[in-house]
Amino acid sequence: MESGLEQKYNFDVVRWFTIMAVVYLVVGASVGVYIASELAWPFLNFDSPYISFGRLRPLHTNAVIFAFGGCTLMATAFYTVQRTCGVRLWSDKLAWFVFWGWNTVILLAVITLPLGLTEAKEYAELEWPVDILIAVVWLTFTFNFIMTIATRKSSHIYVSNWFFLGMMVMIVYLHVVNSLAIPVGLFKSYSLFAGVQDAMIQWWWGHNAVGFYLTAGFLGIMYYFVPKQAGRPIYSYRLSVIHFWALMFGYVWLGAHHLQYTALPDWTGSLGAAVSIAMIIPSWGGAVNGMMTLSGAWDRLRTDYVLRFLIMALAFYAMSTFEGPVMAIKTVNALSHYTDWTIGHVHSGALGWVAGISIGAIYHLMTRLYHTELFSERLVNFHFWTATIGTVVYITAMWVSGIMQGLMWRAYDEYGTLAYTFVESVDAMHPYYAMRAVGGAIFLVGAIVMLFNVLMTVRKSACAGSLAAARTVPAAA
Amino acid sequence: MAEQKVKAKSFQEWMEINIWGLLFFLALALSVGGLVEIVPLFIMKNTMENNRFPELVWAKAGTEPIVTVDADGKPVWNWAPGDGVRPYTALELAGRDIYEREGCYLCHSQMIRPFRDEKERYGHYSLAAESIFDHPMQWGSKRTGPDLARVGGKYSDDWHRQHLRRPQNLVPESVMPAYVWLDKTPVDPDRSIRMFGKTLWSLPTGSRMQRHMRGLRAIGVPYADADIAAAAQLVDGKTELDALVSYLQVLGTMARLDDAKAYRE
Repeated sequence: MESGLEQKYNFDVVRWFTIMAVVYLVVGASVGVYIASELAWPFLNFDSPYISFGRLRPLHTNAVIFAFGGCTLMATAFYTVQRTCGVRLWSDKLAWFVFWGWNTVILLAVITLPLGLTEAKEYAELEWPVDILIAVVWLTFTFNFIMTIATRKSSHIYVSNWFFLGMMVMIVYLHVVNSLAIPVGLFKSYSLFAGVQDAMIQWWWGHNAVGFYLTAGFLGIMYYFVPKQAGRPIYSYRLSVIHFWALMFGYVWLGAHHLQYTALPDWTGSLGAAVSIAMIIPSWGGAVNGMMTLSGAWDRLRTDYVLRFLIMALAFYAMSTFEGPVMAIKTVNALSHYTDWTIGHVHSGALGWVAGISIGAIYHLMTRLYHTELFSERLVNFHFWTATIGTVVYITAMWVSGIMQGLMWRAYDEYGTLAYTFVESVDAMHPYYAMRAVGGAIFLVGAIVMLFNVLMTVRKSACAGSLAAARTVPAAA
Repeated sequence: MAEQKVKAKSFQEWMEINIWGLLFFLALALSVGGLVEIVPLFIMKNTMENNRFPELVWAKAGTEPIVTVDADGKPVWNWAPGDGVRPYTALELAGRDIYEREGCYLCHSQMIRPFRDEKERYGHYSLAAESIFDHPMQWGSKRTGPDLARVGGKYSDDWHRQHLRRPQNLVPESVMPAYVWLDKTPVDPDRSIRMFGKTLWSLPTGSRMQRHMRGLRAIGVPYADADIAAAAQLVDGKTELDALVSYLQVLGTMARLDDAKAYRE
C-alpha cells in the first residue's frame, strides 16, 4: 500500500463518517423492521404516542436516507475528492464542522420526530430550526468539496466528483425551496405553499431526493469504488459523459409522475411521465458502464465478496430504474399509485442499490482507512446473502400486496357494485405485511453482522498497530 | 494550479478542467425542469377550478367571520356546508395540526382520482380548489387506510371518537394505532405564568391557535379578525380528540360539487 497517505490526506473525518454510517444502517433498519411489524401486528404500537406508526415512520425514512445515506455520502465524497484530486481537504475545520453538524441534525431528528414535531411534508418532516441547520451544514459540505477541487493537483475533475457536485447543487435548490415555511412557534411552522403548488414542490423535492441524493450521489460512489475494487478502468468515458448530463437535466422533471390523476393539471403529470420513460436510457447507461467495467474480469466475482456487493447493487439499480418508468406510465400508475407496490419499488432501490453500493464501498474503505484486511471475509459473504435474500423477500411481498390492493380496490361483482370493502383489502394484506417484516429482519441481521465485522476490523487494526504505523511513515512527497 | 497548463479540446473537457464552469452549467441544467413544471402552476389560470367556477370558494372568507360564539357559548355559524371552500376554524385547524403531528397522511390520502371505483368508494374526484388553504397539502401517497378527502359527515362524531380511541373495536381487521392520548389532552389551555396574583407571562386559552392563525394569515389565508378573536372561545374546554373529529367532519363538505359539471378536462 502507498505510504504517507495518512499525512497527506484527512482520513480521520472519513473514518468517523464511515463508522457512523454503519451504526445508522443498523438503527434505520431496526426502526424499519419495527414499523413493518406494527403494520402486521398493530398491538406493537402499545398505545404510546412516541412509538406509534405515524411518528416512527418519518424517523425510519430520515434515519436511512439522511443518517445512513448522508454519512455514507460524506465519507465517500470526502475520500474520493481527496484521492482523485491528489490533495488534502481544503479545510479540516470545516470538514469536522460538517461531521458534528450533521450528527446534531440526526440527534435532533431522533428527539423531535417521536415527539410529533413535524412539518408534515413527506421525506422533509424536520421542523424549521433543524432545516436551517441542515442548510448550513450542507452548504459547508458543498463549499469544502468545491474548494478542494479548486485546489487540486490533478488536471481533470474525475467523473465521481461531477456526480457528487450535481447532487450537492440540486439538494441546495430542493431543500431551500421545499422547506420555505412560516414559523408560528419554536417547533411549528406552516408551508409557504398550499394545495396544488405545494404538492408539485413537495414531489419535485420527493423524487429528486431519490434522483440526486440517492442516485447521483451513489453513482459518484460507483464511479470511484467499482473501478478501484475491480482494479480496472471504467468501461466507457463517452458513456459517462452522456449519461451524466442526461441524468442531471432529465431527472429533475420526474416529480410530477407522483401526482398523476390528482388535482395537478394533466399536462404536468404527463410531462413527468414522458420524461420518466426517457430516463431509462441514462439510468441504464450508468448501470452498463459500471457492470462492463468488469468485462474480462468476471471471475473476480467468485472470490471478491466486496465486488459482489457492488455488482449486485448495479443489478438492482438497473431493475428499479426499469420498474420506475413502468410505474410512471399512466395506466400502470392508475393501479400502482397509493399501493404497497410503491413501497416495494422504493426498497428495491434503497436496499438493493443504495445500501448495496454503500456497503460495498464501506468494506473497501475499511481496508484502506485502517490499513489492514477485513476481520472476516466469510462474514462479508454471509452479509451479502442476507442482504440479497432479505431484499428479494421484501420486494416480492410488496409486489404481490401492492398489485392485489390495486386490483381489489377496482374490482366489481356481477351486479356492478364494488366487490370488496376497503377493510377486506387491509385484511388480505396481513400475510404480506408479515412476510415484509421477515424480509426486513433478514436484511437487518446482515447489517448487524456488518457492524460487528467493521468494529472487529478497527480492533484488529488497533491491535496490530497498522493505523499507528501508517501515521508514522513520513510523507513521500 | 495544474489546470491552466492543459488546453481543452472540447466544451466537455473545458468543464472538466474548470470547476467554476462545471458548477455554472450544472446549476443551469438542474434548474430547468423545476422551473418549467412549478412556475406555471402559480400563473396559469386554468390550474385552479375556482377561476371558472367561483362558487367553489366561499366569497365572504376574510371579510365576515366563519363562526362566532354567542353569550351562552354556543357556536353561531355564518357559513354552511356547501357554501364553498373556506379557511379552517380554530378548532378545525387545531385538529389539522394533530392530524399532521400523528402522521395520519402517511397512511391516508386526501385526493380522490377521477375513476369509477374511487367515485363509488369515496365520492366526487378532488379539486385543486379544495386544498387552496392547506399549508401544507395533505394529499398523501399511500392508502394503508382509506382516502379521507370526503370523510366529513359519513360517520357520526361518536363513531369517530370510538374509532380513534380503539379502531379495532369498530373495525376488527384494522391495523390503525389506537389514539388513546387524544381525549386526555386539552387543545390549547391557559398556559399563563402567574405568581403572587400577578401575571408574569400571558398565554391565555386559545392564544396558541391565534398565533397559528395569524401565521397563516401572513402567508395569504383569508382570516377575518373575528375568526381569530373567536379562537379562544372555540377551543375552550375542548380536547385534542374534539379538535381532530371536527377537522375530519369538515373534510370534503365545504364545496358543493355538481356531477353534471366538468371541473377538469
